[in-house]
Amino acid sequence: MDLKEKLLSSFMAFEERIDVHSELHDVRTSAIKNFENKGFPTKKDEAWKYTSLNAILKNDFTVFPKEENAVEFNHVKKYFLHEVDTYKVVFIDGVFSSHLSSTTHDGIDVCLMSSALNKPKYKMIIDTYFNQIASKDESLTSLNTAFANEGAYIHIPKSKVADKPIEIMYFSTGNEAALLVQPRNLVIVGENSHVQIIERHQSLTENPVLTNSVTEIYAQKRAIVDYYKIQNDTLEANLIDNTYVSQKQESHVSVHTFSFGGNLTRNNLNFYHFGERLTSTLNGITIIGEKQHVDHYTLVKHSTPNCESFQDYKGIYSDRSTGVFNGKVYVEKEAQKTNAFQKSNNILLSDKATINAKPQLEIFADDVKCSHGCTVGQLDETAMFYMQQRGIPKKEAKALLMYAFSNAVIESIKIPELKQRITKIIATKLGVKIGFDL
Amino acid sequence: MLSIKNLHASIGDKEILKGINLEVKAGEIHAIMGPNGAGKSTLASIIAGNENYEVTAGEISLDGEDLSELAPEERAHKGVFLSFQYPVEIPGVSVTNFMRTAINETRKANGLEEMPAKDMLKVIREKSELLEIDRKFLSRSLNEGFSGGEKKRNEIFQMAMLEPKLAILDETDSGLDIDALRIVANGVNKLKSDKNAIVVITHYQRLLDYIVPDFVHVLYNGKIVKSGGKELAHELEEKGYDWIKQEQEA
Repeated sequence: MDLKEKLLSSFMAFEERIDVHSELHDVRTSAIKNFENKGFPTKKDEAWKYTSLNAILKNDFTVFPKEENAVEFNHVKKYFLHEVDTYKVVFIDGVFSSHLSSTTHDGIDVCLMSSALNKPKYKMIIDTYFNQIASKDESLTSLNTAFANEGAYIHIPKSKVADKPIEIMYFSTGNEAALLVQPRNLVIVGENSHVQIIERHQSLTENPVLTNSVTEIYAQKRAIVDYYKIQNDTLEANLIDNTYVSQKQESHVSVHTFSFGGNLTRNNLNFYHFGERLTSTLNGITIIGEKQHVDHYTLVKHSTPNCESFQDYKGIYSDRSTGVFNGKVYVEKEAQKTNAFQKSNNILLSDKATINAKPQLEIFADDVKCSHGCTVGQLDETAMFYMQQRGIPKKEAKALLMYAFSNAVIESIKIPELKQRITKIIATKLGVKIGFDL
Repeated sequence: MLSIKNLHASIGDKEILKGINLEVKAGEIHAIMGPNGAGKSTLASIIAGNENYEVTAGEISLDGEDLSELAPEERAHKGVFLSFQYPVEIPGVSVTNFMRTAINETRKANGLEEMPAKDMLKVIREKSELLEIDRKFLSRSLNEGFSGGEKKRNEIFQMAMLEPKLAILDETDSGLDIDALRIVANGVNKLKSDKNAIVVITHYQRLLDYIVPDFVHVLYNGKIVKSGGKELAHELEEKGYDWIKQEQEA
């Protein structure tokens, strides 16, 4: 039985296991039907032209973990930010881990999707937001919706600043042979409110893991949301991240993607505008090697006037790694005075590495500023010689240049501890120990 | 200190240096002059170890040690410094951090401990004053958005920080106005001692009014065709390079 069939036949069991009378039944049912019709995407789909899931889907994935697995904090401590206090919503093999988590209901809600879906007091919010901005058409998002049950639920009401960053952490332990997990996150940030969120998926096993995650983010008027995704997983881990952002007027939402590891990583990042004078920021740093593959598939849909969007993606590819940047900016007729900028700069450190860069601008308004720029280059040899001439060895010089190359994105990280952490991960990736504060 | 014997070098199929001989002793200042395309910058690059050029014959040694197999950073660690004609912009790396890395890597290579941050700041302050460099300048990205003059001054600041045995100044005067030229020359002269040596590469005599050479060499078509004292520079300034060309072709 292939994975699709397995999922379809698991669906009924899944619905029985949770609450068959749930009002979400209809949502789930139509979602599984959409998945049934469309199936897993293939390279024949324009949106998946450069990314194939075939090899991964051959694994015999366990759809529901058979047992609850425990993880010692000491064992996974290094994956958290410890220099700063944070709220933590932690899952092990898709199951909430209360002893690793630090949730709250004090003024803000940082808790579990399963409680939000099932408890009456959240019903109104769930009815208003759940699966509203997420695509009902895209097949992997539908697959997630059909099985949506667990993940992080974050609700920051009006005029509140979340007092600490929130870490959403998904661990897979590998006690199952191969594991499919489908987290579902919902983030609602009220008027004038502010939150910082860090999301990470981390495999603790050599067994294959496939994560098909969906996150919906709603930013109300003047809300500020800074969302950071750390993707530094093992060579057996695969991540399909589907993130949907809905923004109201004067809100600022930024999503940073740090793709440093994993076998295959696909970031479907979608921004939708429902108000004027708002700003969307999409930044990314990709540093991969071996046969890793990262695909950034972004969409910013400008539907309202006077809004801005900024995309800045830096990619460093070595060995036989492959990268994709497909950035689509859509400016509707009504969206006059749009400023939309897109940049994708890439360095190939090996002859065997490839990058497919495909900017797509569709502009229907006539008074807009839009630009896109893609560059693909090698390491600047003159700069290397210059640095070596000053006594900096080749390896360190290379690292310094890579830092410098990614610096604009590193600088835009607003949590200082996270910035340090990212700098450290980059140093490790580049195999150097230089401790600059750039 | 620096000894170059019968140096031939090429890039691709094109031979650029065709048998250079040069001896530079500690405490000396040498000027290498010559028309555009004579091979001056190539010579500087090759001494510093630029791998884009292929040395096809001859040898370069520093204090008796053959440099030919050494990487650029290893030559730097032994005290070779090249002030670039076109210093490279490195956005995202501040002047201070760059210098700290360069100095500590050099110390490490020479078996020394890293320089304590306090000492580093002190040296940076001293040397930046020597070159009349504004402190704010040091936290800016290396060479990014610097004017031509600022870049050159920054090169000499780095030279002051690294205290090389052999400094090669490649067209350091180009892009400098007269005030900056004076500051740079003054800096170089203060760094000069009987233990180090300086090779000044220049097209014009102007810089040599400030950094007075002991020897002047004329490089033409990949060879040193004339050597003399500082008066040779004045002669070149008056007559231009044409008489050298005519002499050679005669």
